[in-house]
Amino acid sequence: MHIPKDLKYTQGHEWIAIDEEIATVGITDYAQGELGDLVFIELPDAGSTVSQGHSFGTVEAVKAVSDLFAPVSGEVVEINTMLSDSPEAVNKDPYGEGWMIKVKISNVDELENLLSADAYKELIG
Amino acid sequence: MSLKKTALYDVHLKLGAKIVEFAGYYMPIQYSSIMQEHKRVRTSVGLFDVSHMGEFFIAGDKALDFVQYVTINDASALSINQVQYSAMCYPDGGIVDDLLVYRFDEFYMMVVNAANLTKDWEWLQQHRLPGADMENSSDALSLLALQGPQAEKTLAKLVDVALSDIPYYWLRQGQVDGVDVIISRTGYTGEPGFEICLPNESAEHVWNALLRAGQEFDIEPVGLGARDTLRLEMKYCLYGNDIDKTTNPVEAGLGWITKLNKADFIGKSAIEHVKQQGPSRKLVGFEVQGKAFPRHGYAIWQGERKIGQVTSGTFSPMLQTGIGMGYVSSNAAAVGTPIEIEVRGAKIPAQIVKTPFYKKGN
Repeated sequence: MHIPKDLKYTQGHEWIAIDEEIATVGITDYAQGELGDLVFIELPDAGSTVSQGHSFGTVEAVKAVSDLFAPVSGEVVEINTMLSDSPEAVNKDPYGEGWMIKVKISNVDELENLLSADAYKELIG
Repeated sequence: MSLKKTALYDVHLKLGAKIVEFAGYYMPIQYSSIMQEHKRVRTSVGLFDVSHMGEFFIAGDKALDFVQYVTINDASALSINQVQYSAMCYPDGGIVDDLLVYRFDEFYMMVVNAANLTKDWEWLQQHRLPGADMENSSDALSLLALQGPQAEKTLAKLVDVALSDIPYYWLRQGQVDGVDVIISRTGYTGEPGFEICLPNESAEHVWNALLRAGQEFDIEPVGLGARDTLRLEMKYCLYGNDIDKTTNPVEAGLGWITKLNKADFIGKSAIEHVKQQGPSRKLVGFEVQGKAFPRHGYAIWQGERKIGQVTSGTFSPMLQTGIGMGYVSSNAAAVGTPIEIEVRGAKIPAQIVKTPFYKKGN
C-alpha cells in the first residue's frame, strides 16, 4: 500500500498535496484498490466552490459508487479533464496522473483537521 | 454466524484474490480486476470457484414425485444425464430459490444458491415425502465453473469423456485429470463452458490442473465481481436482487420454466392466477444514456410517475455503458420505452432494450 509521506489525508480516503495556497486532491491507493476499476468520475466545474467534509463529486466503479469529500474549503481552480476519458488513470497512478481537482484554500485552519501519512496508515490498518 | 471457507480458500489467497463475505462464505471477489476477468471470460477462458453453492441429492421411489411437487419446471421431461433450470415457489407464487435440477440414473441433484442453502434445506424438509430420501452434500462438494470460448479446448486436455457428446444442459460423470467428477455444460456467464462438481479433497488438484491446461489461452481465475457483471450482461436473474419471495416467476420473465400443465406443485394456483390476469409488473432490461450507472434500489421514472425500481445494475464491460434490470408496470415494459433512472437526485434518460444486453459480435 503506497502512502506518500509528504501528503495529508482524510478519513474518507482522499489525499491532499499543499503547495502554498493551492491544494491538489485525489483518492488514495487504498481507496482505488477497494473500489476496483473506475469507469466514471464526476467532478465539479472549475470556478465552483467546495467545502471541507462535503461531497464534491462521485467515483463510479464497476460494482460500486462512492462520494468524494473535499479535504478543504475553497474555489476549484482546475479539474483533471483527462479523467473524463481515462478514469482508469486513478487506478494506475492515484497520486500522480489520477489527481482530481485543485482548490484555492480559503481557510488554512482547516488543514489541522487532516491526517498525517502515519495517522492514515493506522486508520486503514 | 461464523463464515465458511471453500476448499480453495488458501489457493485464492495465494493467487492474490481480494476476499469478501458473500452468503456466509469468504469468497474471492476479484483477482486482477473485474474488467480484465470479465473480458477474459468473453474472449478466452476463466475459472471460477463457486463451491459456496449448495448440492442436495434426492433418491428413492418417490424422488421424481417430490422434485415435481417442490419445483415449477417439469422434471419428468428430463432424460437421464439432463439438466434443467427451475425454481421453487411458495404457495403464494413468491420464489424460494432458483436452481438447477440434474437427473442421474437413480437420483436427482439440486444445485441451489449459497445465500438460500439453509432456507431451502428447511423448506424441503418441511415438504418431505416418504419414499424420497434427501441428503445435503453442500459441505462435502466443491463446484468449479470453466467458462469462455476456450473452455472446451482447455477441459478436453484433462478428461476421459468426449465433451462434444455433452449438449447444452446435459451432464456426464467422468474424470478430470484422474479425479471422479460430474461435468455439465452449464454456466452463468452466457459463454460456452462447463461446471464441474467434485469432492472437496480433489478441488485444489483439479483447479490447478485446469489453470495449467488453460495456460496457452491465458486462462485467469475469475471472482464473484465479474461473475455478476457477466450474468447481468445476459439478464440472468440473481436471487436476492432480481427475484425473491415477493416476486413471482411470471413477472420475473421465468414463465418459460413454469409448467402449469404438470400435476400439482407448490405455488401452482397462485402462478396460474398471475398468468391468467397478466402480471402487473415485469422485469425488464434497460440501457442508460450517458455516463451514469444504475444500482440496486434506484427509482425508475416515466415522466412524473415512478414506475419501478432497479434490482441490479452495473457498468457493462462489453457495451461500455450502464445497464440494469428492474420491475416496471406492465404497461410501460415494452422494448423501446423511454424511462428515467434516478441517480443521486438526477433523472438520467434510459431505454428499455431487448435482452440479453450482450450478444457475441455486438
